[in-house]
Amino acid sequence: MDAFIYDHVRTPRGKGKSDGKLHEVTAVSLASQTLAALRDRSSLDTQLVEDVVMGCVAPVGEQGSNIARIAVMMAGYDESVPGFQINRYCSSGLEAVNIAAAKVMAGQGMAAIGGGVESMSRVPMGTGGGAWATDPDVAFRTYFVPQGVSADLIATLHGYSRNDLDGYAVASQQRAAKAWSEGRFARSIAPVKDILGVTLLDHDETVRGNVTLESLASLKPSFAEMGEKYGSDGVALLRYPQVERIEHRHHAGNSSGIVDGAAAVLVGNAAFGRKAGLKPRARIRAFASIGSEPTIMLTGPTPATQRALKLARMSTADIDLIELNEAFAAVVLRYMEALSIPHDKINVNGGAIAMGHPLGATGAMILGTLLDEMERRNLGTGLATLCVGAGMGTATIIERV
Amino acid sequence: MNQVIRYELEGDVALWMLDNPRKSTNTIDQAFLDDLEACITRLQSEEGTRGAVITSAKALFLAGADLNDLERNDEVMRKLPPAEMFEKVFSLSRLLRKLETCGKPVACAINGTAMGGGLEIALACHQRFVAEIPGLQLGLPEVQIGLLPAGGGTQRLVRMLGIQAAMPCLLEGKSLDPQAALTARIVDAVVPRGEIVERAKQWVRSGPDCVKPWDKEDFRMPRGAGPMDPRVAGLLVVSNALVHEKTADNLPAPRAILSCLYEGPLLPMDLALRLECKYMTRLLIDGTTRNMVRTLFINKSKCEKLYRRPADIPVTQFTKIGVIGSGLMGAGIAQVAARAGIEVVLMDVDLATAERGKAAIAKRLNDSVTKGRLAADKAESTLARITSSNDYAALRGAQLVVEAVFEDRGIKSKVIAAVDEIVGPNAVLASNTSTLPITGLAGYSKRAKNFIGLHFFSPVDRMPLVEIIRGKKTDDATLARVLDFVQRLRKTPIVVNDSRGFFTSRFFGSYVNEGIAMVGEGVAPALIENTARILGMPVGPLAVQDEVGLDLAVSVTRQTKADLGDAWQPGTSYPIVEKLSAGLGRHGRKSGGGFYDYPQGGKKRLWSGLSDIWPAREPQPAVTEVRRRMLYIQLIEAIKCMQEGVLEYAADGDVGAVFGVGFPAYTGGPFSYIDHLGAARVLRECNELAKRHGERFKAPRLLREMARDGKRFYG
Repeated sequence: MDAFIYDHVRTPRGKGKSDGKLHEVTAVSLASQTLAALRDRSSLDTQLVEDVVMGCVAPVGEQGSNIARIAVMMAGYDESVPGFQINRYCSSGLEAVNIAAAKVMAGQGMAAIGGGVESMSRVPMGTGGGAWATDPDVAFRTYFVPQGVSADLIATLHGYSRNDLDGYAVASQQRAAKAWSEGRFARSIAPVKDILGVTLLDHDETVRGNVTLESLASLKPSFAEMGEKYGSDGVALLRYPQVERIEHRHHAGNSSGIVDGAAAVLVGNAAFGRKAGLKPRARIRAFASIGSEPTIMLTGPTPATQRALKLARMSTADIDLIELNEAFAAVVLRYMEALSIPHDKINVNGGAIAMGHPLGATGAMILGTLLDEMERRNLGTGLATLCVGAGMGTATIIERV
Repeated sequence: MNQVIRYELEGDVALWMLDNPRKSTNTIDQAFLDDLEACITRLQSEEGTRGAVITSAKALFLAGADLNDLERNDEVMRKLPPAEMFEKVFSLSRLLRKLETCGKPVACAINGTAMGGGLEIALACHQRFVAEIPGLQLGLPEVQIGLLPAGGGTQRLVRMLGIQAAMPCLLEGKSLDPQAALTARIVDAVVPRGEIVERAKQWVRSGPDCVKPWDKEDFRMPRGAGPMDPRVAGLLVVSNALVHEKTADNLPAPRAILSCLYEGPLLPMDLALRLECKYMTRLLIDGTTRNMVRTLFINKSKCEKLYRRPADIPVTQFTKIGVIGSGLMGAGIAQVAARAGIEVVLMDVDLATAERGKAAIAKRLNDSVTKGRLAADKAESTLARITSSNDYAALRGAQLVVEAVFEDRGIKSKVIAAVDEIVGPNAVLASNTSTLPITGLAGYSKRAKNFIGLHFFSPVDRMPLVEIIRGKKTDDATLARVLDFVQRLRKTPIVVNDSRGFFTSRFFGSYVNEGIAMVGEGVAPALIENTARILGMPVGPLAVQDEVGLDLAVSVTRQTKADLGDAWQPGTSYPIVEKLSAGLGRHGRKSGGGFYDYPQGGKKRLWSGLSDIWPAREPQPAVTEVRRRMLYIQLIEAIKCMQEGVLEYAADGDVGAVFGVGFPAYTGGPFSYIDHLGAARVLRECNELAKRHGERFKAPRLLREMARDGKRFYG
């Protein structure tokens, strides 16, 4: 059975620090405002929604236990709508949509919502704990290094210079700024309001279209200290001994920004559309998640893409437009090189380097961005993919109907 | 019943006196465990006795477990099923837990050095007093020989100090003096030696709480910082990475200690103690611990006790020696001899050169004083014992003369002949050569029986090993004398027979040669250097050659070629070294570049030109293959040295390899490691490698025989 995307919405992304515009908004409120917006835009009868899946990467504290069901209740959905939270690190938001689609495809429901939420200013990255980096048995066995060191390892291994990475970052900022100025995101942005109902933020807070190679050149590498002083480079070289030493080339300006945000995608079968009076916007053709080598960690999008393409019986040439989460500039450069993707086919409206990466929500956000742009350009097929912690990747292929 | 712990009633307090009547030190053996158990049981049931004080009648409070037993019982232990092995290992921990929960207060009056198990007993007590005795040390050094403190040491320390503070004690095995132990909160009070037992008794009589904090409902880790606390997460990430990087995961003990610190605090104490002991059992099963205990402790001690010294020769008390050549090695030898209280004549071709050598010593001593490693008066008296000279007559009366002049036969022969004229008939002549055969050099002396090789390692004041090389004609008395000398320097001697490169240089040379040869085959230089680190070598082969100098390798090779004539065969690395050094003037670090470039103010980088001369081969070999080549070429060289009689005992080879040239400690040295792997497996690997890489990997006869007969180097 086919699963279609009927609608999607996201919050603008607020700077993920205490001076960010969304800092005063609870994670539950971020998520429930998003779900409410999705409902209200299309006068959705929420009784038709059979499940709500939300990604969240630090599911502790106010994001803890099961934020999806809490957000469903707070959004005023019908009480028959359940919810559950998932965590596939950075691709959680996309994985949530895939799970919603899988339920529909399997015929176990007419419609479901997939999305995600992360208030990185209120529940900082890493708060979730976990054994991976801290349990010696796990850390040694898996050659754990922090993601930034992995990104620098990719750059070193494949010879991406600081200039290459910064050049990519500048393009991302310029593309994002242009997209905003032309209103390309407008259709899907649900401004976030405070408890008085006053709008706090209606645009992505961290976009800086005036960034230049020169202005980025002054930024210090972010992961040199961790790598050189605290052992991580040495651990990476035990896994990649062909590299003489890790060149630390990623910094705050060519890595994804830390932000707050939420997103939701409404998925349903054809019957749902008829019943709800909604027109499907795209068919979900195929999706896949894969595991890859965990120390370099961030090379998963390539095999994830290949597996999704295989499931869809397609090749890269059949894909008109791609969104790859800009976790780090090297991740995108590597993906473009590995799959021979030209720059004008990927992240055409910028990405997380400019607009930020609200961990649990990003996957759903970029899928929506992809669909909006496919419609704007009148393209047929698109693919969204993300690199994922501990060596994973997720990809989803959609086509317009 | 009580054999090694006396139970003495002093009014209402029991005094447990650690006093093994058959040994000079108290150690933890079965008799000790039996006695301790009896003491605890009696204290618990003895009405009117309020508690106990543990103290020692020996200078050392209590040494830990007897490591000789550990090595001796290893084979038997390792045949046990893991659960049974665990029960045996757990016996001390179980007993200490019984002590800790006996219901009456027990104080420890630590009146001497307490290391390992000795300190663990103190930690199990309810209060620790330590006597103010200079030189008294407290520590848990288990990690240094591949063990962990399995008598509750990791679990008590982490609960007392917190994870961060417990780490240096356990991961580095650092020992502390009484004051430092008090500051670290490992002990409760430092008291004068004469009052310690009385103070401890007073404490027992004060009716103190004898339930440990971790046995109470409201126990929290110090500052609330357990392993799941986000404030500790960063520390754990860093400590994991640092230990992983440093050990390349070749050493299981620090990793096991980290696990004890991470997992243990989440468990109730009784379960945590069992977990600690399960990690210890795993270490024993792994075998690395046995390798390390054997070489780092047992064999090293044997060497230091001069097990190779011929008997019946009176001990020589050295009062005066001479050192010829005031360069790096000569000055180093002069320094350590003077430091040991021996008068030294430091000679060179002219007085100014000799003075420069002495000035270099003064600078090094001064640095040690600045760093607090040496008292100023000690530095002064050391320097005062060194006389610089350019006159052979100054050597008159020297009991030993060490030549450390340039590695050139012509120069050496003149020096040796000149010394012959001056020194007395029993004086020993020693050469610090690292490459030239001793028997040949002995020919320049009229008294070849007094001639011997004394191979120090650089830097002399820090490297613990001295390789003693017996020439063909060296007599027993000469060997005994230089062994006495090395012992006086507090260094570790090994004894080998003459051969080009002796043992250590030959052994180490095989590794450097193999590494460099791979450059010529187009193996990525970074892969060679990093794989050396993965194997556990302290420095990669290319970096080593850069430090030694490529020009030196060329001149040594040319000398060898001249010596051997037609029998000479070039090493597989020689064309590469010759091309860089003779061809391109890249002689190593001192010339500003060799395999590496040395940018000013920056870190060294592998020279990018290497891949132009020797293009990278595709595909690159697997890490495992590169590692195998570097490891097995050394194992083969060690076996050849044994087969040819250069080595007579495996212990000399293992100690020499580990302490002289940095062969990784986890192996226990090449011979321990061959036993560890099994001769059959080593033979199989050699055969495979010989097929792929040539004759130099061909298994020596001795290895084939050992594999056939199931023989081992040890036991």
